[in-house]
Amino acid sequence: MIATAIFLLVLFVITLSVAAYSTYGERKVAAFLQDRIGPNRAGPFGILQPLADGTKMFMKEDFVPLHANKKLFLLGPAIAMITALLTGVVIPWGGTLTVFGTTINLQGADPEIGILYVFAMVSIGVYGIMLGGWASNNKFALLGAVRAASQMVSYELGMGLSIVALVMLTGTLSLSGIVDYQIAHGWGIIQQPLGFLLFLVCAFAETNRAPFDMPECETELVGGYHTEFSSMRLGFYLFAEYTNMFISSAVITTLYFGGYHVPGLASLGLDPNVAAIIGVAAMFAKTFFFIFFFMWVRWSVPRFRFDQLMNLGWKKLIPLGILNILLTGGIHYLFNH
Amino acid sequence: MGATMQPLTNRSRVVSDKKMTLMERIYLPAIVGGLSITIRHFFRKKPTIQYPEQKRPIAEIYRGQHILKRDEKGRERCTACGLCAVACPAEAITMVAAERKPGEEHLYREEKYARIYEIDMLRCIFCGDCEEACPKEAIFLTDRIVQADYLRMPFVFGKDELVEPMDPTKRVDVSKRQTPDVITFKQENRYAHNR
Repeated sequence: MIATAIFLLVLFVITLSVAAYSTYGERKVAAFLQDRIGPNRAGPFGILQPLADGTKMFMKEDFVPLHANKKLFLLGPAIAMITALLTGVVIPWGGTLTVFGTTINLQGADPEIGILYVFAMVSIGVYGIMLGGWASNNKFALLGAVRAASQMVSYELGMGLSIVALVMLTGTLSLSGIVDYQIAHGWGIIQQPLGFLLFLVCAFAETNRAPFDMPECETELVGGYHTEFSSMRLGFYLFAEYTNMFISSAVITTLYFGGYHVPGLASLGLDPNVAAIIGVAAMFAKTFFFIFFFMWVRWSVPRFRFDQLMNLGWKKLIPLGILNILLTGGIHYLFNH
Repeated sequence: MGATMQPLTNRSRVVSDKKMTLMERIYLPAIVGGLSITIRHFFRKKPTIQYPEQKRPIAEIYRGQHILKRDEKGRERCTACGLCAVACPAEAITMVAAERKPGEEHLYREEKYARIYEIDMLRCIFCGDCEEACPKEAIFLTDRIVQADYLRMPFVFGKDELVEPMDPTKRVDVSKRQTPDVITFKQENRYAHNR
């Protein structure tokens, strides 16, 4: 019990620091992709930049518009942040560690319906954006919120369908179960290439990242749903976005890239603790690669138009998702009977 | 007129609204292409010059912040004739002349000097016309860059910033601006008063 509490605390700190350093990473990646150097003044290589940014956020005036719905306005960023942080609990970050005779499971909780829990949290997360945008009493913020809601609804379908195929394959909704299946039968990307592609595209849309960052489309909507937010409330929204990106990367890793699995590690006969730590390191390495990928795509691909986004979601991804389910079922039937 | 217009580069593309092929409609090949372009830039050498620590090489005769020269005895060369102010296309130079008092001969070379001499560095276009107009070899542009500031007022440079220090070791070298061509030109007869 105490071990789990400590683990969750560590996870909380890691999630926050990864999110904080993602902002720095994003600026560096953006700069490098554009032949620039990026922030390098705060500390060596600019590594203190997140602290400087955070301090700046706290020092800014905390402004609530006169005609805003104050309660909801204050609630919005909190919901966005809380749901973003809650998702990490069910992700298996590694195997088990044995310290002083106590076994620590490197997964906060392992509900039977782990993947549904992730979906639920992501769905609640959109309330943060919707409430914040609606409560601002600003047409741009409202448009951003509406876009966020419709985008979320549309892409959750595609995402759900790509997961259904994976669940058919693994026969479990538990995230650790899915990882165990992949350890035994090979990574999900090999068995579900189309499903992975669909999931990846949907993950971009769910996290409101470019090329699907319509809810905060600066060219059309000023700042989108967070137009009226300032100070650390704005910081929370931005932070939540980066936390979501981290969690999405972790979920992609867990579902399609074997989670903490390192091929060939089991045959080396290492100490279980060492193996577990290598597993955690592998999990984080894969996750960081996907965070990098998110940034890489953001600074390469132009933003979609909203009708193109809807077109892609409803007319392309959902039929493809259904096709993927049929294919998976068909292959399963042919080979296992 | 437009019919014979030449394209400026060889990179122009004809825009058409033809139906996209399947590969184009899938969109992913184009995304992969874009990603491969950006990742190549990721590993490219960055052309950034990190300014205060690192400076872009500038020409030897760079026209930067002005200096009001003193002569070899440490007297101000400027006689407040106003030719620089007249020559200035940006009207950045303002001066107020004063008469040299007895006992000030070690300070001012001529009988008249500039009591106030101001250059508005925000107006100045660093053309060097003032230097060319000066009959007394008093004003020169140097290779020093005018520092940035947060306010406008500090950009109006007075004599405290413009006149070179009395200390011979702290004199500002303007010999680069006086290339052989310039010296030959200034040795013409009509500049004889200046030798």
